[in-house]
Amino acid sequence: MKLSKAFSRSLWAFHFNSGSCNGCDIEVVATLTPRYDPERFGVKLVGSPKHADVLVVTGPVTHKMAPRLKRVYEQMADPKVVMVVGSCGSSGGVFYDSYNLDGPVDEVIPVDVYVPGCPPRPEGVIYGVVQAIAKLERLESEQ
Amino acid sequence: MSEDGKKKASYNVPIGPIHPALKEPCLFNFKMNGEVVEEADFAPGQAHRAIEWMGMRRNPVQIVHLTDRICGICGVSHTLTFARCVEQIAEIEVPERGHYVRTIIAEYERIQSHLLWAGVAAHELGFDTLFHLCWRIREESMDVIEYLTGNRVNYAIIQVGGVRRDFTEDQFPRIEKSLKYYEDLVGKMLKLFLEDKTISLRSKDCGVLSYDDALQLCCVGPTTRASGVNMDVRQDAPYAAYGDIDVTAVLPDVYGGGINGDVYDRIVVRLFEVVQSVGIIRQCLDQMPVGEVLWEKKYPKILAACKKAVGEASASVEAPRGECFHYVRMNGKPEPEAWKVKASTYSNQLAWLKMVTGEQLADLPIIVASIDPCMSCTDRVAVVRNGKRDVLTKEELHRLSVEKTRRLMQ
Ligand code: SF4
Repeated sequence: MKLSKAFSRSLWAFHFNSGSCNGCDIEVVATLTPRYDPERFGVKLVGSPKHADVLVVTGPVTHKMAPRLKRVYEQMADPKVVMVVGSCGSSGGVFYDSYNLDGPVDEVIPVDVYVPGCPPRPEGVIYGVVQAIAKLERLESEQ
Repeated sequence: MSEDGKKKASYNVPIGPIHPALKEPCLFNFKMNGEVVEEADFAPGQAHRAIEWMGMRRNPVQIVHLTDRICGICGVSHTLTFARCVEQIAEIEVPERGHYVRTIIAEYERIQSHLLWAGVAAHELGFDTLFHLCWRIREESMDVIEYLTGNRVNYAIIQVGGVRRDFTEDQFPRIEKSLKYYEDLVGKMLKLFLEDKTISLRSKDCGVLSYDDALQLCCVGPTTRASGVNMDVRQDAPYAAYGDIDVTAVLPDVYGGGINGDVYDRIVVRLFEVVQSVGIIRQCLDQMPVGEVLWEKKYPKILAACKKAVGEASASVEAPRGECFHYVRMNGKPEPEAWKVKASTYSNQLAWLKMVTGEQLADLPIIVASIDPCMSCTDRVAVVRNGKRDVLTKEELHRLSVEKTRRLMQ
């Protein structure tokens, strides 16, 4: 991973809650606030998937949210990376046997980075972002 | 506005249901006349994960980890309520010290939740510096929670029959340090929120919920207290260690301004509840008895007691957002036969309809956020005008709100 190149432009993320317990969402926001401050490196949340490089998905994908998740994914421009934050999005987690899930996330859209934990610590989320940057670089060099 | 520009026709603004950070994402529909909301309606239920259904297939010792995840912000309240139900049915007695540990954690949860909310409220008003400040000082409570329980979120500390971890003497100085930290900050926070001209202009007389409406809609928690209803489960039906501690419901007149039931009053109530929580934790530390914290150390024994239990019980707990209520029925099996959860936002949601009617579109973000529905519910808005549909994102709505703040300041 060539750090300097990656930081030549900022990484924008769109956050999608697919029915999570809020734990991961709060930790994603906590990651963005002054203690960790990834905005130093241009990492920030944006309000539209069309502007985003990374799709951050939390939650186990309920029936109602599945078509919306697909739509949001399709709206993003290539190259794009999908990052799942949290165990329930990665595997179902505590909600594994629920009747109302279409997830985990990788059964609905392709996933590149998994951040395990229920919820993961902000440091974990930041590590996931670094992996996402590495993946984006690879995708770009292939283009 | 209709094509000729003369006659005003109302139009619909649906908001949601995709919202990146909501426990109960919901679809709003606002009937607008120009900038003003004429009528409002909403449809919750998008994040249904079938928690009760799953719970009825697990045993109580497992369920406490599921209840933590009903809500990542106020998980302790749900777990505590559920544990209290099962304890009543199985006649399990929680040791005194266990009650105190529960109380301390519940109050830390309230502190972090209210600070989180204060940050979101500031963000919705376009005051992002304050948003970041709130979340910065919230980290102090997160640190203490992690120090005491091992987790930042979903603490997994409450078990049927008590708590899973005790506090040790050498942890007290760290707790004390955090209490001091918040006490020193109180003056600053009150000044920033309550004396700020912009915040007053945007939040006073905005999203008003009258005393009668709050009573009729059965609102709970800070939302109802801001309208002057003197109600707090910790005061009215004490549980855990609250019986030994003096708690009285915080009403907005603590700050001198009288009771108006507007967004400003909701800010007042929540800020003063943070002060109150610091006081409660301090009292708990002073009075904490020594002894066990869990009814029985061996979980299989707790499970065996639950398996034998027959009966039904309900319990409520004052969560950061208001009363959280659970009902459980056990029938001699490991799994509960019935389990019903009523979270606080459920009771408060209907108040939105009263609050937003007659308000402007730009005020919606702060009004919707003011009941603390875990987060604001305004990710995405589609405006239907003359059959044409353009989409307003949360950011645009936020921009509208910020612009209104600017206009007011000129
Ligand atoms: S992974 Fe855990 S904390 Fe995160 S949303 Fe899922 S249940 Fe909540």
